[in-house]
Amino acid sequence: MSSSVVKINGIHKHFGGLHALKGIDLTIEQGEFFGLLGPNGAGKSTLINILAGLTKPTSGRVSVMGFDVDQQYQQARKLLGVVPQELVFDPFFNVREMLRFQAGYFGRGRENDAWVDEILEGLGLTEKAHTNMRRLSGGMKRRALIAQALAHRPPVIVLDEPTAGVDVELRQMLWEFIKRLNREGHTIILTTHYLEEAETLCRRVAMMKQGEIVALDSTVNMLNQFSGKNLVLKLSGAPLPSGLEQLLKSKEDQTYTLALSDLDQMEGVLSTLRLENVKVEDIQLKEADLEDVFLSLVGSSALKSEMGDVA
Amino acid sequence: MIQLHSNWRGAYTLFKKELLRFWRVAFQTIASPVLTALLYLLIFSHVLSGHVKVYEEVAYTAFLIPGLIMMSILQNAFANSSSSLIQSKVMGNIVFILLTPLTHLQLFLAFLAASMIRGLMVGIVIYVVALFFVDLPVANGAWILTFAFLGSALLGTFGIIAGIWAEKFDQMAAFQNFVIMPLTFLSGVFYSIHSLPQFWQTLSHFNPFFYMIDGFRYGFFGKGDVSPWFSLTVVVGFLLALAWGCLKMLESGYKLRT
Repeated sequence: MSSSVVKINGIHKHFGGLHALKGIDLTIEQGEFFGLLGPNGAGKSTLINILAGLTKPTSGRVSVMGFDVDQQYQQARKLLGVVPQELVFDPFFNVREMLRFQAGYFGRGRENDAWVDEILEGLGLTEKAHTNMRRLSGGMKRRALIAQALAHRPPVIVLDEPTAGVDVELRQMLWEFIKRLNREGHTIILTTHYLEEAETLCRRVAMMKQGEIVALDSTVNMLNQFSGKNLVLKLSGAPLPSGLEQLLKSKEDQTYTLALSDLDQMEGVLSTLRLENVKVEDIQLKEADLEDVFLSLVGSSALKSEMGDVA
Repeated sequence: MIQLHSNWRGAYTLFKKELLRFWRVAFQTIASPVLTALLYLLIFSHVLSGHVKVYEEVAYTAFLIPGLIMMSILQNAFANSSSSLIQSKVMGNIVFILLTPLTHLQLFLAFLAASMIRGLMVGIVIYVVALFFVDLPVANGAWILTFAFLGSALLGTFGIIAGIWAEKFDQMAAFQNFVIMPLTFLSGVFYSIHSLPQFWQTLSHFNPFFYMIDGFRYGFFGKGDVSPWFSLTVVVGFLLALAWGCLKMLESGYKLRT
């Protein structure tokens, strides 16, 4: 029996002349912690909005646990908890009132209060429960926004850039809470452009570029495809010898990051530096990360067919 | 297609939230329009009483009160749904409603019911306060209630339409100043349309606000410019047409869902 919770088939979206989504196919399984990655304008939020019923696709179908988000929107929306990207709030009410209203819209009454308390506790909002939304700090508003999406206890939680502009401490706290929900069986769908975040949290990721999925695989598999390493060199004054420029990945002041396809290349790099009398102030060897995978993939559409569209 | 579904607790929650929204700022949403209406009453009755007599045996001040009550009901029913929607759209928190499983009909009814209650509350307070100053007859209470309910429903619906249509506060202000205000003031709030030149009289017959006010006033004095049955037909017709248009807008996601 299939345990798919979200099925996206052949989704196209046109905004006037802009072809924002170009035939997206994607299946997300029960209990997954799934990451949707891509630069700004890749189409991540449009896809999330279609899933949430905020945007209508030009063509294609999306279902949540078998319920079509357009034809059976009532059932589909009950299963989804969506955290919008923008920091929006209702200025008339306090945190607890908003959570009660939000749960109420989904048909839940006072019997849901224990869950509301649990969310407030889990997100560190208990002390702010009776504070008007308007008076909350930015970080607290972000927590309240997440709490609102969870108020009706949805099995599928969609977070659209939840940590944009959030400080490190709050970010850690939010992720601990979301990880706990995932362990308890909630399916998590996350869009982010913080690739480190996705690498740590998501077991599977899709990378989007210009309205298309250019890669879709488990995070581990994606990283394993890149056996290479990054060699970070801080040079004192002298430029990088021309013989090494073909390996150059990035440069910031006198710090050069070289992409090595294997460790054997390192000896060659060091001997070139010695021969050219370039003094090295610092040296670090780093594993390839999702950013390397991402840069490599979004730069080469040919890789798309290699990665395959898993639908 | 309109779907009736069992999530009526959801619709009730939205209705309750909309009620609380205006009740939290009752000074602005209830007290302020009551004061405005009473100022109109004070000034117009002072200036025109003794100069204008619309119906025999009905003092001008008494004639004026039903018009002012109805005008306030209409304006406040409109203001409630339209301001709630435009604020939510501009602030972005409309998303919390759009993400819910509420049907188009449930959304419509929740916003409508809250608007009607605000309009009727303002109307009742003006009526009660006015009784301290004027002896107001009641010829037929059923007509009064019927037109109060229908008028508040019609303008509550109009407010939802305007709230969906407008994208900015200035568009809403334009709608209010260029559509609602002229229709209200040119509807016979302060006068009988029979006192108007023929051209304006004819034009008034195309104004649905005229029928709401005339029918409402008929309930007090048993007299009107047209038959209350005719007014009822016109008002119900307009209400059904607007409600149908409003539901179509909600169903299609016009200006709400991209």
